[in-house]
Amino acid sequence: MSFWSRHKIFETNSIILVLGVLIVISIGGLVEIVPLFYLKSTIEKVEGIRPYTPLELAGRNIYVREGCYNCHSQMVRPLRDEVERYGHYSLAAESMYDRPFQWGSKRTGPDLARLGNKYSDDWHRDHLKDPRAVVPGSIMPSYPWLEQNELDAKSIAQDLKVQATLGVPYSEDMLKKAENDIRTQANADDPNTADLAQRYPNAQSRNFDGNPQKVTEADALIAYLQMLGTQVDFKLYDNKANVR
Amino acid sequence: MAQAVAPSKGMTFGEAGSALAFAGLALLSIIIAAKAYTPEYAFHAYLFAAASVAATFAIVNRYYERPAQRPPQTIGGKPNYNMGPVKFATIASVIWGIAGFTIGLLIALQLAFPALNFDTSWLSFGRMRPLHTSAVIFAFGGNVLIASSFYVVQRTCRARLVGDITPWFVVLGYNFFIVIAGTGYLLGITQGKEYAEPEWYADLWLTIVWVAYLLVFLGTVMRRKEPHIYVANWFYLAFILTIAVLHLGNNATIPVSIFSPKSYIVWSGVQDALVQWWYGHNAVGFFLTAGFLAIMYYFIPKRAERPVYSYRLSIIHFWSLIFMYIWAGPHHLHYTALPDWAQTLGMVFSTMLWMPSWGGMINGLMTLSGAWDKLRTDPVLRLMVVSVAFYGMSTFEGPLMSVKAVNSLSHYTDWTIGHVHSGALGWVAYVSFGAIYCLVPWLWNKKELYSMKAVSWHFWISTLGIVLYISSMWVAGILQGLMWRAYTGLGFLEYSFIETVEAMHPFYVIRALGGALFVAGSLIMAWNVWKTISAGQEVEEVSQAIQPALIAAE
Repeated sequence: MSFWSRHKIFETNSIILVLGVLIVISIGGLVEIVPLFYLKSTIEKVEGIRPYTPLELAGRNIYVREGCYNCHSQMVRPLRDEVERYGHYSLAAESMYDRPFQWGSKRTGPDLARLGNKYSDDWHRDHLKDPRAVVPGSIMPSYPWLEQNELDAKSIAQDLKVQATLGVPYSEDMLKKAENDIRTQANADDPNTADLAQRYPNAQSRNFDGNPQKVTEADALIAYLQMLGTQVDFKLYDNKANVR
Repeated sequence: MAQAVAPSKGMTFGEAGSALAFAGLALLSIIIAAKAYTPEYAFHAYLFAAASVAATFAIVNRYYERPAQRPPQTIGGKPNYNMGPVKFATIASVIWGIAGFTIGLLIALQLAFPALNFDTSWLSFGRMRPLHTSAVIFAFGGNVLIASSFYVVQRTCRARLVGDITPWFVVLGYNFFIVIAGTGYLLGITQGKEYAEPEWYADLWLTIVWVAYLLVFLGTVMRRKEPHIYVANWFYLAFILTIAVLHLGNNATIPVSIFSPKSYIVWSGVQDALVQWWYGHNAVGFFLTAGFLAIMYYFIPKRAERPVYSYRLSIIHFWSLIFMYIWAGPHHLHYTALPDWAQTLGMVFSTMLWMPSWGGMINGLMTLSGAWDKLRTDPVLRLMVVSVAFYGMSTFEGPLMSVKAVNSLSHYTDWTIGHVHSGALGWVAYVSFGAIYCLVPWLWNKKELYSMKAVSWHFWISTLGIVLYISSMWVAGILQGLMWRAYTGLGFLEYSFIETVEAMHPFYVIRALGGALFVAGSLIMAWNVWKTISAGQEVEEVSQAIQPALIAAE
């Protein structure tokens, strides 16, 4: 019996062929993915990383809804030009609460991993409404509906709860106050801002879209964009801490 | 009454069960629609309800219309093939193809002329781009795969498709999934994971459809009259099984509520990234490669009337391809926060993948040994052979781009887009066009296509389109990558980001022109398919189709 004739077993038994395929395709995925749940470098805790505030999470969901990831990455690679253009290279820990991750795979527009605090709220508002008003050569679509639509955050507490089930450290207190926290963060004068900042350290509270009448989708999205990449203080970050 | 000749007519378990299941689904959908958190989700629930009611009605109506006897497995010793679902999926693929290419053209134009976003949410690039990718990959490609796999499995096993309602459920259910996914993107319902954008309920529905697909396919293979399973069916089987595994792994989400379209993925950050590209790259490897290689292994030998070049090479090709592809995902994540060892592993396997890919290409091309002259006279065969050549080209380019040093330049640029399209247009779409041009006359019992000249025109127009597309994207991508990393003599970055965007404009216009030619080609195909079905010359007698020969293992 030649070597090749041994293949007959797969060609004449469909179930053996099915099992053969399943075994062969399982190996690579298991070897590559499983360690990521145990390695220090991929599950490291870094000072400053906290879960998203309800408003930031709602903004992130708008970012996902509008498909921003189709043109913007959120991953600064450790290459000289990128670090100079965008800032410190991205750490795994910086996206540990990202569901889904939004690293992206195309830069039709620039990387956004360190966008936070680089531009003013007004710039963002004008830019989202009409990108070419502030960046003449831009090819980004306009998003005029964001500052018109009231933010639908009725179920935000449920969103947080699902994330808590998945291991995001949202406390009972955070879940209970989630809906209120949305309004609090979108208004600098709200009496609960200090309380909010205690639950979510360094959360920025203000009227992001300049419209005091209502909390809009632009409020949420700008709140999210303004916190991107700002959580870790790289003056204090020890990049040797997780090297073994 | 006493001596009934015909057996009494009764509903089969499948008919009654599925009618009941759909009635139940209709009810559930209406309840969900009433309590939905968002109007968009309510709209989808109503679509589910309407489709379920239609399905229930169709099943019951079909029961009253049909004869008491179930269709026989064989007629006069020949298998009684079930080609209805194949015909439906073939037509659907032509229509979805045109839709998907046209949306691609629109988004290409949006990048050149942003006013074409029309300041509306539905038409904005971020929502249209997933619509384009899903329409071409899953709607066009998926229907070609379902149609061809149901055709090939019946022919090569000499057996009728398993199931009565199930094959129709697979075809119609799959197309309903496409409708839900596509309308969802326009309405802003998305998971935000590339090529896996449909939300949890669409994913759940697809899971049911896919299991049914596997059962029909595998059941038909088990019913085969031939001792050996033909090589095309190995590839179809690997495609169906692996896509099932990938789909479940990458869409493991928890919905916010059954009344909400939103869900959150159980993986996060770096783990989610690798799971996503394990899925994403193997959607390329198994949906866009293994499935279409199955088409190559059946339709090229059939059309060229030559046996597959090498049986041994097909064994090596099959196992090495499916083993190595799974490892290649991390090359989408070079220089990211993914650990280096995983990136390197992905790079090494991606580079090695060149070998099985070219093994397959050689096996496909060399099948034409002794029949090369047919390329001059048969434009359908020409389409398929050029598709295999494009397959060879993009499976060389892919390993090259997966090398970290090259990737540091090419990643995030339009080079990737060009690479994808040399594979998607040159390989996947061309081999699909070839299969469609073969299938239509076979299915509708016509002698030949209505116009071979039109096939030639289709071929040349779209080839010109592909050349414009990929060459403009090469230049754009490499230019972009070099501009991003350019430094002045004083050590400052030379270009601001917006300067690199502005530099892309001429190439985006050329690309759109290439896309327009490709759309034009697909319209010629649709016309030709339509004329073949409506006005093609009938075959006088049904001839016994020649089986593509494969030397069996001794």
